[in-house]
Amino acid sequence: MLTQLTHDIATLSRRRWLAATAGLVLGLAAFTNAKAADDTIKVGVLHSLSGTMAISETTLKDTVLFLIDEQNKKGGLLGKKLEAVVVDPASNWPLFAEKARELITKDKVAVVFGCWTSVSRKSVLPVFKELNNILFYPVQYEGEESERNVFYTGAAPNQQAIPAVDYLMKDEKVKRWVLAGTDYVYPRTTNKILEAYLKSKGVKQEDIMINYTPFGHSDWQTIVADIKKFGSAGKKTAVVSTINGDANVPFYKELGNQGIKATDIPVVAFSVGEEELAGIDTKPLLGHLAAWNYFQSIKDPANEKFIKAWQAYTKNPKRVTNDPMEAHVIGFEMWVKAVEKVKSTDADKVIDALPGIEAKNLTGGTSKMLPNHHITKPVFIGEIKANGQFDVVWKTPGLVAGDAWSKELDGSKDLIGDWVGKKCGNYNTKTNKCGGQGS
Amino acid sequence: MSASLIDRVRALVLSVFLIAAFAVPALAGPFEDAVAKFANDEFSDTDEAVGLVAASGNPLAFPIISALGDGRLSADPESKKVFVTGTDGKVIDAATGAAVASLPAGAAAVRLNNRLRRTVEAALGGLTLLSPDPAKRLTAAQSVFKSHDEAALPVIDGALAKETNKTVKAAFAEARAAILLYKSDATDVEKLESIAIIKARGDQEALALLTGLGSDAPPLVAQAASSAIAAIQSNLAMWSMVQNAWYGLSLGSVLLLAAIGLAITFGVMGVINMAHGEMVMIGAYTTFVVQEVIRTRYPALFDYSLLIAVPLAFLVAGAIGVVIERSIIRFLYGRPLETLLATWGLSLVLQQAVRTAFGPTNREVGNPSWMSGAFEIGQITITYNRLWILCFTLAVFAILLAMLRYTALGLEMRAVTQNRRMAASMGIATSRVDALTFGLGSGIAGIAGVALSQIDNVSPNLGQSYIIDSFMVVVFGGVGNLWGTLVGAFTLGIANKFLEPVAGAVLGKIAILVLIILFIQKRPRGLFALKGRAIEA
Repeated sequence: MLTQLTHDIATLSRRRWLAATAGLVLGLAAFTNAKAADDTIKVGVLHSLSGTMAISETTLKDTVLFLIDEQNKKGGLLGKKLEAVVVDPASNWPLFAEKARELITKDKVAVVFGCWTSVSRKSVLPVFKELNNILFYPVQYEGEESERNVFYTGAAPNQQAIPAVDYLMKDEKVKRWVLAGTDYVYPRTTNKILEAYLKSKGVKQEDIMINYTPFGHSDWQTIVADIKKFGSAGKKTAVVSTINGDANVPFYKELGNQGIKATDIPVVAFSVGEEELAGIDTKPLLGHLAAWNYFQSIKDPANEKFIKAWQAYTKNPKRVTNDPMEAHVIGFEMWVKAVEKVKSTDADKVIDALPGIEAKNLTGGTSKMLPNHHITKPVFIGEIKANGQFDVVWKTPGLVAGDAWSKELDGSKDLIGDWVGKKCGNYNTKTNKCGGQGS
Repeated sequence: MSASLIDRVRALVLSVFLIAAFAVPALAGPFEDAVAKFANDEFSDTDEAVGLVAASGNPLAFPIISALGDGRLSADPESKKVFVTGTDGKVIDAATGAAVASLPAGAAAVRLNNRLRRTVEAALGGLTLLSPDPAKRLTAAQSVFKSHDEAALPVIDGALAKETNKTVKAAFAEARAAILLYKSDATDVEKLESIAIIKARGDQEALALLTGLGSDAPPLVAQAASSAIAAIQSNLAMWSMVQNAWYGLSLGSVLLLAAIGLAITFGVMGVINMAHGEMVMIGAYTTFVVQEVIRTRYPALFDYSLLIAVPLAFLVAGAIGVVIERSIIRFLYGRPLETLLATWGLSLVLQQAVRTAFGPTNREVGNPSWMSGAFEIGQITITYNRLWILCFTLAVFAILLAMLRYTALGLEMRAVTQNRRMAASMGIATSRVDALTFGLGSGIAGIAGVALSQIDNVSPNLGQSYIIDSFMVVVFGGVGNLWGTLVGAFTLGIANKFLEPVAGAVLGKIAILVLIILFIQKRPRGLFALKGRAIEA
C-alpha cells in the first residue's frame, strides 16, 4: 500500500495526497481521480484488507499492485498507464457486491481482479452481469459454474482434488478416506465430487468418513482422535482436507501432538500453501501433502525471476509466493494480451478475445484460456518440508484443462460451458439446449 | 543375526577371492553400486538402494540409512557420489567411509516421500534391533511391529532370547507375533498364540493389525482374530468415554481461561465488553514479541519464553484496559447499549491496529519443548499443551479468587460492586477501583492470550473466536459469580465433547447454543445467581 502511495505522489498534488492518506488510514482506500480517467486505464482490486479473509487476500492485493507496477515499467497498456483502484470489502459478503458496483460505476474500471471465497464471488456475480464488466477470480474453487463475465484462473476440482486422490490411490495405496472440511460451499461440493469419484473407483461407503467443522474451529482433539480410530482398520488411510485457512494451524498442531505422522496417515490439503505454513512450526508436519498448480519451490527460470522481483517489490527477502498469486499473474497477462489484441478495454470485445489467449505460467508451461472461461494448468503434489516449503513428489504429465462442470456428479456431467461457439455457460450436450442445472 | 552374519562372511570371502583373483584394487562392489543409486534422484532407485544397503551388512548401512531419514544424506548429481553428514557436522563418503573435507557445491539432500520414509523406518528398525541402547531397541521393535517384515524374524528371535529389559522384551514378543500372524507358512498354533499376544496389547495399532488380516486366513485363526477384535473394540469404547471426559475438561479449561477476564469486567463490573477478545489477542501478540526477541537475542531462553510472557502480557493488556476504562467506558456506566457499541467499535480499531502493525498473516509462536508432544495413559493420549493449559487455568483462577478475598484491592472491588454509594462514603475512591478492576479483567484476558497462543492461530482475528464463547460461559454460569464461571465452563466443555462424536462439530455447537437458550429461559440469572450492580443495572 505504501509503495502504491509513493508511486502516486508524483501525479497527485500534495493536498490530494494528504486526503488519500487519510482515506487509506480509514480503510477506504479509493483513489477517486475521475478527471484523469482519459490517460489511465483503471484496474479494480477487490480483495479484503480487513476482517477474517485479510490473512489470505491482502497478499493478492499486493500482487495486483505489483503486476500493474511491472506493466507500467514496460510502458503501460495501449500507450496509457495502468492505475489500480483498491477497495476493501472487509470480508463482508454483501459489501463485496457494493464495492464491485462502486468500482464499475463510480471508478469506471476496465477489469476487476478479486474475491477469494466462493460466497463473495456469488455475491458479486449479479453486479458484473448487470453492469457487464470482467472479473478475474484467482482461487481454487468447487466448479459447477461458468459465467460470461468471470474468468476462473484458479483450479477447478479436476485440476486439484481428483489428481490428488489419484496420487494417493496409486502411489500411497490408500484404501480408506477421511474427507474433512470446513462447513461451507467449497468443501461440501468438492467432497460430493470426491465421494462420487471414489465410489466410481470401487471404494465402499464404510471406507469413507466425511467430517465438517465450523469456520475457525480450534479444538480438534475429538476429530483427530476419530481420524486415528478410523485409520486403525488395517487399511492404509489418508485425510483429504478442505479445511479452510485459519483452522488449519490448530488442526496440524493437534495431529503433531497426538503423534500422527505422515507415514501413518498422510493429510493432503487443498487450502494450505506457503502463506499458511509461514505461521507455524512445520517440523511435525513433515511429509504431509498439498495439491496445487504452483509451488514456490519449483525450479524454473520464470519462477525464480518472479520470486526475485516480488521480494524486491515488497522489500521483504523472505516474502513467500503461492498458488493464487500465480493465478493472478496468469490472469493479468491474459487480460493484457486480450486488450492488446482488440486494442480496446471494452468489456464485450475483451471477453470475446480472451478464450484462446495463452500466457506463460511460472512453472515452465503455457496456460490457455478455454471457451468455458477456465484455464489449463499443471497439477503438482508437494510434501511439506521442514523449512515451510514444498517438495514436489508428483506432477501431471501435461497441463490439465479445467472443467467448469464436474463429470462425476449426475446433475452436471452432461453440461459444458462454451462462450465461443454456443455462447452459453451451461450447455446440455444431451438435449443440445442451453440451460440445465446451475445458474 | 546368524543369517546376516553368514551373508557378511560370504561377502567377505567373496571379495577377498575377487581381489586375489583379479588383483584389481577398489573394485566397485554391490554395496558401492547400491549407494550410487541414491544419486539418481528417483524415488524408485532410492527405495531399491535402501533395501540393498540395509541387507548388505556393511557397517556403514546404519549411518547411511539414518542419515537418509534425517535429511543428512546428500548426493552430487555430477560425480554421482553420495555423502553422509554426521550429527556432528563431519562429512564422510557414503561408499567408502573416508572423511571428506566438505560437501561439494552441487550436492543436494536425497529426497524422500512418505513411502520411502516408511521403508527407511522399517530398515532402521531391522538394523537397530541389536542396539546397546534399550530405548533404540524399543523403537526398533515397535517399527517392526508396524511393518511386520518377515526378514526381521531371525534377528527378532535372537534378540528376544538375549533381551533382559522387560519392556523391550514385551515389545520384541509383540513384534514377533505381528510377523508370525502375517507369515504365510506359520502354523495355526503359532498364529493363535500371536493373536493372544496382540490382543493383550489392546491398542489401536493392535486393532489395525488384526483387522488387516482379512478373511482369507484359516477359519480357526479368523475366528480367534474376530473375537480378539471385538474384545479390543469394547475395551477401546470404554476408554473413549474417559477420553471424551478429558477432552471436555481440556475444552472447559480453554473456555474458562478465555472467560475469567470477562467474569470480572462483565460479571463483576457489569460492563458489556465486546473488546474482551482483543485483550486476549494482545496477550498472544505479546507472547509473539517476547519469543521474537528471545529468538534473535537469547536463543537459550526459549523454553522460558512463556514464563516471561505471562507477566508482560498481564501488564500490557492491563495497561490498555485501564486506558480504555479511563478514556471511554467511565463515561458510559449505566448505559449498556452504548457500552456495547463503543467497545465493539473499539474491538475493530484494535484488530485493525494490530493488523497494520504486525501484518494480516498468522504469526508463528513456537511451543517450548515441555509443551510439545503427548503421553499415554491406558488407551488415551494426553497432549502436554492441553494438560499445562488446564493446570495454568486452575492456577490463574485460584490466584484471582485469593486476590479478591484477601487483598485490600479485592476488598474494595467487592465493596464497590455490592454498594457503590456506601463504598464511596466509606472513603473508597470508586473511580480508581473501577479503573483497576477493568485493568485486572483485561490483564487476565492478556494472560489467557499467552496460553491460547499455544493452541490457536496468532492472528488479528484470534479474539473474535472467543468472545461469543466467553459471554456464553459467563451468562450460563451466573453473572457476577466466579465459581459459576468455573462450573459453567467445565459443564459446557464436557457437554460439547460428549455431543461432538454423536452429532458432529457443527451440530454439536448448535445443540449447545439451543440448550443454553432453553436454560436461560428457565433460569435467567444462570447457574449461580448473585446480587450485585450487574443485575440491578
